[in-house]
Amino acid sequence: MDIAELWPVVRLTLELAVVATALLLLIATPVAWWLARSRARWKEAVAAVVALPLVLPPTVLGFYLLILLGPDGPGGWIAGAFGGRSLAFTFEGLVIGSVVYSMPFVAQPIRNAFEAVGDRPLEVAATLRASPWDAFWTVAVPLARPGYVTGAVLGFAHTVGEFGVVLMIGGSIPDETRVLSIAIFELVETLRWAEAHVLAGGLLVFSFAVVTIMTVVEKRARRPGS
Amino acid sequence: MAMTMENHRIEAAFTGTLGDFSLDVAFEAPMRGIAALFGASGCGKSTTLRCIAGLQRLSGRLVVGGEVWQDDDAGVFLKPHRRPVGVVFQDASLFPHLSVRGNLLYGARRAERSGVPPAIRSRDVIALLGLGHLLDRAPGALSGGERQRVAVGRALLSQPRLLLMDEPLSSLDRMAKDEILPYFEGLHEELSIPMLYVSHDIAEVARLADWAVILSSGRKLAEGPVRDLLERLDLWPETGRFEAGVLLTARVTGHDRTYSVTYLDHHGQTISMPARDLAIGAEVRLRVRARDVSLATRRPEAISVRNILSGTVVEIAEDSDTAYAETLIDIGGGRLRARVTRQSVADLRLAPGAPVYALVKSIAFDRGTLSVAATAPAETGGRKPAFPENGDGR
Repeated sequence: MDIAELWPVVRLTLELAVVATALLLLIATPVAWWLARSRARWKEAVAAVVALPLVLPPTVLGFYLLILLGPDGPGGWIAGAFGGRSLAFTFEGLVIGSVVYSMPFVAQPIRNAFEAVGDRPLEVAATLRASPWDAFWTVAVPLARPGYVTGAVLGFAHTVGEFGVVLMIGGSIPDETRVLSIAIFELVETLRWAEAHVLAGGLLVFSFAVVTIMTVVEKRARRPGS
Repeated sequence: MAMTMENHRIEAAFTGTLGDFSLDVAFEAPMRGIAALFGASGCGKSTTLRCIAGLQRLSGRLVVGGEVWQDDDAGVFLKPHRRPVGVVFQDASLFPHLSVRGNLLYGARRAERSGVPPAIRSRDVIALLGLGHLLDRAPGALSGGERQRVAVGRALLSQPRLLLMDEPLSSLDRMAKDEILPYFEGLHEELSIPMLYVSHDIAEVARLADWAVILSSGRKLAEGPVRDLLERLDLWPETGRFEAGVLLTARVTGHDRTYSVTYLDHHGQTISMPARDLAIGAEVRLRVRARDVSLATRRPEAISVRNILSGTVVEIAEDSDTAYAETLIDIGGGRLRARVTRQSVADLRLAPGAPVYALVKSIAFDRGTLSVAATAPAETGGRKPAFPENGDGR
């Protein structure tokens, strides 16, 4: 067995998770803000679309993503503009899939946090000459920090652990789409238990750490006067 | 000073409905000293204040100090962050993620960035509100009174032209209230920033405000100088059955150390009250509740009541549903209200023009009803606003 062979897999997974988490936070912020503050009647329909990946089988999500990212979908057109043929089975495609798949885990905590902030701090900021944009960045976002921490941790962890969607749209191309969960699956299929143990054990420790950190962070956020 | 009178006024008119509450008010208030928006809870005073701050939009018109902030006909509606107002809310609403210093500087920095001249300096505000030792604390580590003081300081440092206060004391207990009131009076004297003060407490209004607008069920009932409104018997359902009273301005003439008594002169008549630390010559504002005043048609002798003021009956309003009548007595240069029974009115044959003696126990002045008048000359010993002596009022 060769442990060094596993490093590219871990690196690719971390790269994917970091890029996806960054994009998730960027996209989830306006979505969560709108869901928290809008009075539109159809906002719960939008909320349902965002939450859909929670209940959809990953294969169904993966199937639709495959069509969207493939040569005949919008993904193909975008790829065409950069000299490619398709976004399916590429790292970029995996990023897009991960963002869609993990969105509810990021948008929901941030939305809850924005709702908990309420109108008052923003009204106060307005009376202190802060424009809505200014108040958003200097009051709403800092006050929603616990939601951001929870969302980032959950988004990162989910991206690391996803399997079904990756299998559908990414396959297992080394250094491009071969991430941890896929690697474990293949190692087990080829009866390479030792390597599977290393990766699976690593993920186990990682997940435990994530849950612990989140609990601590949430407790701290709830402490009055902090 | 050189500005015309119109430039020193707030002219407001708002109409609209919020749920099943409808507001329809139009009033004017001077932009000098403290003006109060007074009424029972649910009368629309807070909504009116929110409309002035621009946090709520009802149709109407608003001109503050000659600047049009809202004019529906001209399509003008200034966004709240473009209005030079400071707002102090019922709960201090400090930003929990910032220290006291960060809170104080939040509006100050933005005012500076938009080129507003720093007429109100942070050093003065910190000193005036006693915030020096709190600057590095987190808002969560402050008492209710301290939080409210920081909120006032924060609002002031955003360099407002008008300070709006939405029942800033109502979430505080009696002790914290007594602690913070003198600071408010200090602001008023030192910074000469006009304030619009929303309150449902007539005692607070009487103590702080010079002008008041009385609201009831979303409509304006009366507006004018507080002193005049308090003397109007027809407003008693709003100005309070229990707390109804008038304001007298008197000058400190002397202290009697032996008996711990302070003497005041009210247009030639002497008022005695429990001793207060006031400079001789200082002008003070006293609130006298109608229920603390008795009437006699002959000067009583051998009586413990120290204050016997001669006057004439101006007006009598009998409330046929109760045992009581409200009377207004002119005591030369000022007026007192006395609540007596209708039976007394009949027995004593009280009628407008009748000479009477108004009797006020000294203890009636020993309440949170006294303040150094805003017009008081700068006395060396009388600069500090008087603290009420924590009487429990019973």
